Amino acid sequence: MKRVVFNNKFLPLLLLAPQLIITAIFFLWPAAQAIRQSFLREDAFGLRTEFVGIDNYTALFRSSEYLNSFSVTLIFTVSVTVVTMVFALLMAIAVDRLIKSEKVYTTLLIWPYAVAPAVAGILWWFIFNPSIGILPYVLRQVGINFNWIFDPTDAMIFVVIASAWSRISYSFLFFLAGLQSVPASLREAAAIDGAGPVKRFFTITLPLLSPTTFFLLVVNLVYAMFETFAVIDATTLGGPAQSTNILVYKVYQDGFVGQNLGSSAAQSVILMGIVIVLTVIQFRFVEKRVAY
Amino acid sequence: MTKFFAASTMALIASLSAAQAKTDIQWWHAMGGELGAKLEEITKNFNESQDEYNIVPSYKGNYVETMTAAIAAFRAKQQPAIVQVFEVGTGTMIAAEGAIYPVYQLMTDNQEPFDPAAYLPAVAGYYTDTSGNMLSMPFNSSTPIMYYNKTVFEKAGLDPNTPPKTWAEMEEFSKKIVESGAATCGFTTGWISWIQTENLSAWHNQPIGTLENGFGGLDARLEVNGPVQVRHWENLKKWADEGLYKYAGPLGGDNAPPMFYGQECAMMMNSSGSRAAVVENSKDFDLGFAMLPFYDDVEGAPQNSIIGGATLWVLQGRAPEEYAGVAKFFTYLSSPEVQADWHQFSGYLPITTAAYELSQEQGYYEANPGADTAIKQITLNEPTPNSKGLRFGNYVQVRTIIDEEFEAMLGGSKDAQGALDAVVERGNKLIEEFQAQNQ
Repeated sequence: MKRVVFNNKFLPLLLLAPQLIITAIFFLWPAAQAIRQSFLREDAFGLRTEFVGIDNYTALFRSSEYLNSFSVTLIFTVSVTVVTMVFALLMAIAVDRLIKSEKVYTTLLIWPYAVAPAVAGILWWFIFNPSIGILPYVLRQVGINFNWIFDPTDAMIFVVIASAWSRISYSFLFFLAGLQSVPASLREAAAIDGAGPVKRFFTITLPLLSPTTFFLLVVNLVYAMFETFAVIDATTLGGPAQSTNILVYKVYQDGFVGQNLGSSAAQSVILMGIVIVLTVIQFRFVEKRVAY
Repeated sequence: MTKFFAASTMALIASLSAAQAKTDIQWWHAMGGELGAKLEEITKNFNESQDEYNIVPSYKGNYVETMTAAIAAFRAKQQPAIVQVFEVGTGTMIAAEGAIYPVYQLMTDNQEPFDPAAYLPAVAGYYTDTSGNMLSMPFNSSTPIMYYNKTVFEKAGLDPNTPPKTWAEMEEFSKKIVESGAATCGFTTGWISWIQTENLSAWHNQPIGTLENGFGGLDARLEVNGPVQVRHWENLKKWADEGLYKYAGPLGGDNAPPMFYGQECAMMMNSSGSRAAVVENSKDFDLGFAMLPFYDDVEGAPQNSIIGGATLWVLQGRAPEEYAGVAKFFTYLSSPEVQADWHQFSGYLPITTAAYELSQEQGYYEANPGADTAIKQITLNEPTPNSKGLRFGNYVQVRTIIDEEFEAMLGGSKDAQGALDAVVERGNKLIEEFQAQNQ
């Protein structure tokens, strides 16, 4: 067999260069800046800078608000991911059974994905608004007082729904594609052997869907942790009483609104650590259990 | 060779004409919508009134975004000459010595006539240092007032021309309104921090913090957990539980205007700067204006309310001829005609006495009843150390803390004393951090 060998040493570097430059400028350099800033105490204008060692970090872990933000983020991320994936899978299964109208439903179901998160946030803000929103009005008719403006639980439900909504479309698309690649012959064979629909789903369809599920788990967790900023900013602003103040939003609040750059940088370094750990765990341990 | 000559002659001509062209001066502001259009009209008039300077206004988003953008630009040495900063950013700006060009100094350096006494004391005082020097140029200042629905008052059997004066009347009237079914809630309010905490303190001549509410230096601390503030928060919680008062959300209280416009709540306390919007949205009912209520058993109440809004700060590091232009522009901006026009259009306070008098002469207040409520309230008494404003670092975040603790109290996890103690404790940590950053 003939192997193609490139002797030019510069060509691979040249071809890689655009990606490497982008990574260096937009990822490595800012990350290095953040690490540097996290050891400094500085006024907003950068007129006085002082090295304070790990003070910014110790202050964070002594602050009950920061620890609270951790648990808020955990609840929020898990809820968004679970809600997204369960609903996406249910819809994918429903659409997968359709024969004629499948295309129409698929198109309609992926529409929300095209809506920008900030716009989605505003839409949900209107729907859930305690005074002018339609949903609290309907809920009041059945005796439920839904007011996210001062009820922390209601606020959490609200931001989870607003964040999961557009994400369901995205996951739906992947689940549907996954379902359609499950060979019908396997399911038919099982049916002939006497397995009911529920049994068939859990023993055949779900295991064969596991690569899709794993992929969606990763992207949805990352989405919920890091990309829901716009939804929070357009709806609850992290309130009431910090009950929806997720880690990413807190970085923005402290750094941009509060101009406390040292603490904000320390928080983003911690977030960076979380991302690294998450990625390692997911690819090291979870991936092994997935049947491709 | 001829080509080279031609090119260099062209370049020379270009540079000459550039030298003769107007000096561009960047002004970053946070006025969107109609206010932004009015602001552009003002700068256009100034630009056409002379041929040396050209003010270039750019809208940079809300107050927080504008201030953040200006600070980031300063760090990158790309700062504008003028930036509009909201009142709670004052502490941060003043502490940035070397980054700001104090207005009194700018005016002296450029030989522009400038008399700090021409400005309303309640407005200028907020932006003046302890030696009486004005540090920034007041532009849009407002103060909270009460808007009320006369139609609902009538339905509830109340006199539509007698708004409540005290908090006791506020409770009594709200009860009547709710019990008679005229509206489902008595009152709501924007800005728990600005109106129901800071202004409540000033209005009752109670301190918000030590060292004259922070005017005296960076080591000032909050002390907003006094008996009057605790009593008021306790009452708000009680009235919220009884359905007399409805909470409208953090920061500005986004839900307050819809609840008032929809006639759900009969009264609303909000910025006088939103007067135009309130009038526009209250066409289904008769609208009344009143001063903020007070507790009549507190000595010294009512004192005077304090302002909100924004001022124009001049940043260091631009060319000298730009500063000459900025000084000229500020003189133009505070002329009675420009100020009176801006005040009448926007509902913001007239910042000079001359502008107020001009508006009176023009018969503006007779034609627009209620438009002078704000100015009467802010000039009710000579400001005391407790009522001339407040000046703390990191105050944007302190306001967030006030909202959070108020929400915690409404949710029942804390009582009023506990919530305000937490405001002081958490707020002081931020203020200490600010002090450490700036020393």
